[in-house]
Amino acid sequence: MTALATQPIARTIDARGSFCPGPLMELIRGIRESTPGTVLAVWSTDSGSKTDIPKWVEKAGHRLIGVFDRDGYDEIIVEKTH
Amino acid sequence: MQRIVILGGGVGGTLTANLLVKKLRRRIDRGEISIIVVDSTGQHVYQPGFMYIAMGGERAANLQRPERSLLDRRVQLVIGDVVAVDEAAHSVTLGDTRTLPYEYLVLATGSRIVPEEIEHFDQEAHHFYTAEAAEKLRAALDQFSGGRIVIGIAGMPYKCPPAPLEVAFLIEAELRQRGIRQSSTIDFCSPIGRAFTIESVSEMAAPILERKGIELHTFFNVEAIDPEHKVVMSLEGEELPYDLLILVPPHKGQQFLIDSGLAPAPGGWLPTDRATLQVGGRPNVFALGDATDLPLSKAGSTAHFEAPVVTERIVAAIEDREVDHRRGDYLGKVMCFFEIGDGKGTLLQFDYEHPPKPPKPNQLWHLGKIVFNKTYWHTVPKGRV
Repeated sequence: MTALATQPIARTIDARGSFCPGPLMELIRGIRESTPGTVLAVWSTDSGSKTDIPKWVEKAGHRLIGVFDRDGYDEIIVEKTH
Repeated sequence: MQRIVILGGGVGGTLTANLLVKKLRRRIDRGEISIIVVDSTGQHVYQPGFMYIAMGGERAANLQRPERSLLDRRVQLVIGDVVAVDEAAHSVTLGDTRTLPYEYLVLATGSRIVPEEIEHFDQEAHHFYTAEAAEKLRAALDQFSGGRIVIGIAGMPYKCPPAPLEVAFLIEAELRQRGIRQSSTIDFCSPIGRAFTIESVSEMAAPILERKGIELHTFFNVEAIDPEHKVVMSLEGEELPYDLLILVPPHKGQQFLIDSGLAPAPGGWLPTDRATLQVGGRPNVFALGDATDLPLSKAGSTAHFEAPVVTERIVAAIEDREVDHRRGDYLGKVMCFFEIGDGKGTLLQFDYEHPPKPPKPNQLWHLGKIVFNKTYWHTVPKGRV
């Protein structure tokens, strides 16, 4: 259970073990395949994802719900807004 | 008889076949082992040369030789399209229904470009990932007399990661030499948050882009091309008008790998162990070169350094001995030259644990790349370097 139980995660992208820019590219593919309003979570073990993905989300105009430290990986939750 | 079937006659497949012969010559001569390379055309193409067709000075005819001429005579060459791998039967099926049984399978099947995944790509965008496309780009550059050039990457991963930056640098130098730099703009679009995936290379390239007046657009993931208004649009909402559009096309692995259950859709990249190069934990199936899902450059250099690893692992299995880990573990080694224009280049050398520290660009590294390109046929495929 994440801290955002009220925000249902429609799709989780497990990019653990993938290196930059793998997790970002996986998220972009997920965003392309989703409809506006969809919440996606990316799991990444690449330390760069914590900064790269929020920067991309800002530029692309989507909504960053949060970046969370999990057990050995980071979870980045994003809502596709348009 | 133990049969080693190698799919693909590029750098990885050809070099692996020849290295296996060096280690297994006697067993092959005694009829205990057979090595078969399957290639769809029977022609070995030196793809890094395509960029030089576009940038002038290279001809397509110089970049192709019969695969047969590069293989040891003990290697059998089969020309045909692979349509399926049947893991249960340990066999490969070709388009003409021939089947090739194997004990060991090497997947050196490369990558393929899929420009059709972006509407209007073929009509509007130039690229340099085939000889024909590179010739068309050369012709377009010859006709270019000033205007807006947009260079970008329309999908990741792609072959030869430095190539789009190199093309930007080389075109900038060419426009200057032709006296049309002042009447031109060059935009470079990167899908990620910097100029290049590897941070140290990005730190080297970004100031060069700035010095050359090439505008860097980060997080530009090509979404659509508007041929009527000559505008390329990004997923992130940016729009760039162009007179000449140069895009790296999207790449994928081979469809039959997805159809055979060896690689996941949609990318088709083989799940490959970063050290053993085994595919999906299978003890007798290996992958190298562009076909893998490893987080490394898709480049001939990668295949070049992976081939001895695959060779050692297959030879160890055949000889029923432990793998020599000095030769049988891949550490991620890659080495490639990087053109920056005006007759200068640098060198990217790295592995999984050590990012590249590119030396200051100079003429030596540019000449190194030219010499390497010219001597390739006599060195790399035959295992001499």
